[in-house]
Amino acid sequence: MHTARPKYIASIAGRMLLLLFLVSILSFTLIVKAPIDPLLSYVGAESTLSEEAKAEIARHWGLDAPLPARYATWVKNLLHGDLGMSVTYKRPVRSVIGERFSYSVVLMLLAWVFSGLLGYAAGIFAGFRRGGLADRGIKLFCLVLQSAPTFWLGLLILSFFSVKLGLFPFGMAVPAGKLVSEITLGDRIHHLILPLFTLTIVSIGKITLFTRQKLIEIMNSDYILFARARGESDRQLVFRHILRNTALPAVTLQFSSFSELFGGMALAETVFSYPGVGTATTAAALNGDAPLLLGIALISALFVFSGNLIANILYGVVDPRLREGGDYV
Amino acid sequence: MTSKDTPVLAVRELQISFSMYRKGLRKESLRVIRSLSLDVRKGEIVAVVGSSGAGKSLLAHAVLGILPSNAVTEGEILYKGETLTPALQRKYRGTEIALIPQSVDYLDPLMRVGKQAACAGGGPEAQRAARAAFARYGLEPRVERLFPFQLSGGMARRVLIVTAVVARPALIIADEPTPGLGAEAATETLRHFRQLADGGAAVLLITHDIDLALHVADRIAVFYAGTTAEIAPAEDFKRGRDALRHPYSKAFLDALPQNAFKPIAGAQPYAGRPPQACLFADRCPERTNACAGAVAMRALRGGEVRCIHAT
Ligand SMILES: Nc1ncnc2c1ncn2[C@@H]1O[C@H](COP(=O)(O)OP(=O)(O)OP(=O)(O)O)[C@@H](O)[C@H]1O
Ligand code: SF4
Ligand SMILES: [Mg+2]
Repeated sequence: MHTARPKYIASIAGRMLLLLFLVSILSFTLIVKAPIDPLLSYVGAESTLSEEAKAEIARHWGLDAPLPARYATWVKNLLHGDLGMSVTYKRPVRSVIGERFSYSVVLMLLAWVFSGLLGYAAGIFAGFRRGGLADRGIKLFCLVLQSAPTFWLGLLILSFFSVKLGLFPFGMAVPAGKLVSEITLGDRIHHLILPLFTLTIVSIGKITLFTRQKLIEIMNSDYILFARARGESDRQLVFRHILRNTALPAVTLQFSSFSELFGGMALAETVFSYPGVGTATTAAALNGDAPLLLGIALISALFVFSGNLIANILYGVVDPRLREGGDYV
Repeated sequence: MTSKDTPVLAVRELQISFSMYRKGLRKESLRVIRSLSLDVRKGEIVAVVGSSGAGKSLLAHAVLGILPSNAVTEGEILYKGETLTPALQRKYRGTEIALIPQSVDYLDPLMRVGKQAACAGGGPEAQRAARAAFARYGLEPRVERLFPFQLSGGMARRVLIVTAVVARPALIIADEPTPGLGAEAATETLRHFRQLADGGAAVLLITHDIDLALHVADRIAVFYAGTTAEIAPAEDFKRGRDALRHPYSKAFLDALPQNAFKPIAGAQPYAGRPPQACLFADRCPERTNACAGAVAMRALRGGEVRCIHAT
């Protein structure tokens, strides 16, 4: 089976490059065709600058060149590790993304772990009590969550916990007007809780319903019937067969949900003005900040791609049918 | 109280119904097995034949106590003279009473087969017993480390038998162990059953394939619509339709490809019929008005039959 490895890696790399190319082309086209004038947002609508000065600025940012040329320049710089300058933040895109991502990654990682663990547990619990009150409650809760828009849910959570109960700050990652040296870990956690709660809640429905379904399927499977016929107790059934057979698909599902996680993160951040990639995306889009948007598009595509890749590899490593039976994917 | 003649398995007037929700929320009880009686003795293979939906698997599951939770059973199942309660079933299954399933789909796809075979008890003792059983069936130790999907056809068949016989059970129930097997493989499987019976086990062999059953079974029970139509020595089935008692068993023989290949007109009635009258009446060429009354199982010429006109 190991003879297939180099070929497998090459095919992954090929697919990844193709994906990045398509994503960048598409984002590029969408951004430059959008009805936002980056020049206008740079100098401001009330600007009194002369036409010559504006043309000078456009030339400086490369906004006057034809589209294919602009794309080519961008790719060339990219290959040198240069993602360009962000018009919005007036800083290199790389440093903007680097800083923003550290906030977002904490948010996404925690929400991913919490939604995964809680969702899996809830799914198992509901599945075992299929048709009961708890099951129906959990199912309804998940279905409502899945159909509720993240944005709306975030606003609801914000208005309830912050505005009404006053338990949490309205937004941001750290208290406004506090010196950086005075900010404590507690402050950061305090600010993180609501966006984290929102993102966890949004992500939990899918994994719960999936696990519940999987459990019911497995409980009705022939091999559970036979395991019972061999005299295994309920406890043995759970620990020998059910956990393993439900956990594997659940973990895989969690990894392949990176795209939803990313989308949810962007919206949750916007609602809570949390200074991560999500808010940066909104700001960049509103300002027609092509380099930053492209940078974010690439990073997020890579992020989602790695999630799916991990899901595939994991299946190959954990599932004996793939591990000892042949090729991955 | 267990004398030499006490059957290992005795099923007395078994009834199985399912409570189901029909159209809207109306709860309905659907009887799928009625007044089913059957014995299996030590050293004996009793084959259960009958068309699809006759209730063969349900009988097996009822004995093991693994029916779905919406099933309601009445009647009595005795193991060595002792009424099988749910607690006893839990205690005996896997050790005293074993099931041999149909295919590797009945094994956990993510668990090595050696570990699955060793489950009854779980400890090192069980592991050793499993190893010995693997060896008895000519399976090398390396087979224990394989996953179900890695088993070849021949290995799979033996592994399934091994998982059932590790604990040397006194009663073995095999549910359709041969379909999909070639003639040679099927014969080999049945030879294993014969050995098990000759070794002192009681074997209940459920199958579609009466032809194969004839060759190893001592007695054959013909199921029809959830009840036993006839129970007779396998010899009678070999001698042909005239040696049989029930019109359905005769028709069943006639329908075999190697015989007249003559299908039986009509269809098996589905659940929910009046319990007493003859269930085969719709399709029976010998029906009379008397057949609408109660038709009970009775002894006849060394067998048993549920037909008032049988001779
Ligand atoms: N869970 C259930 N709920 C309702 N009806 C059921 C259920 N399980 C089985 N039945 C019905 O009981 C009858 C007997 O089923 P069973 O599986 O015992 O048939 P079988 O003789 O084993 O058939 P086959 O040869 O196809 O395996 C069938 O009519 C089936 O539809
Ligand atoms: S009882 Fe009557 S209807 Fe039933 S099998 Fe016998 S002859 Fe036919
Ligand atoms: Mg069956």
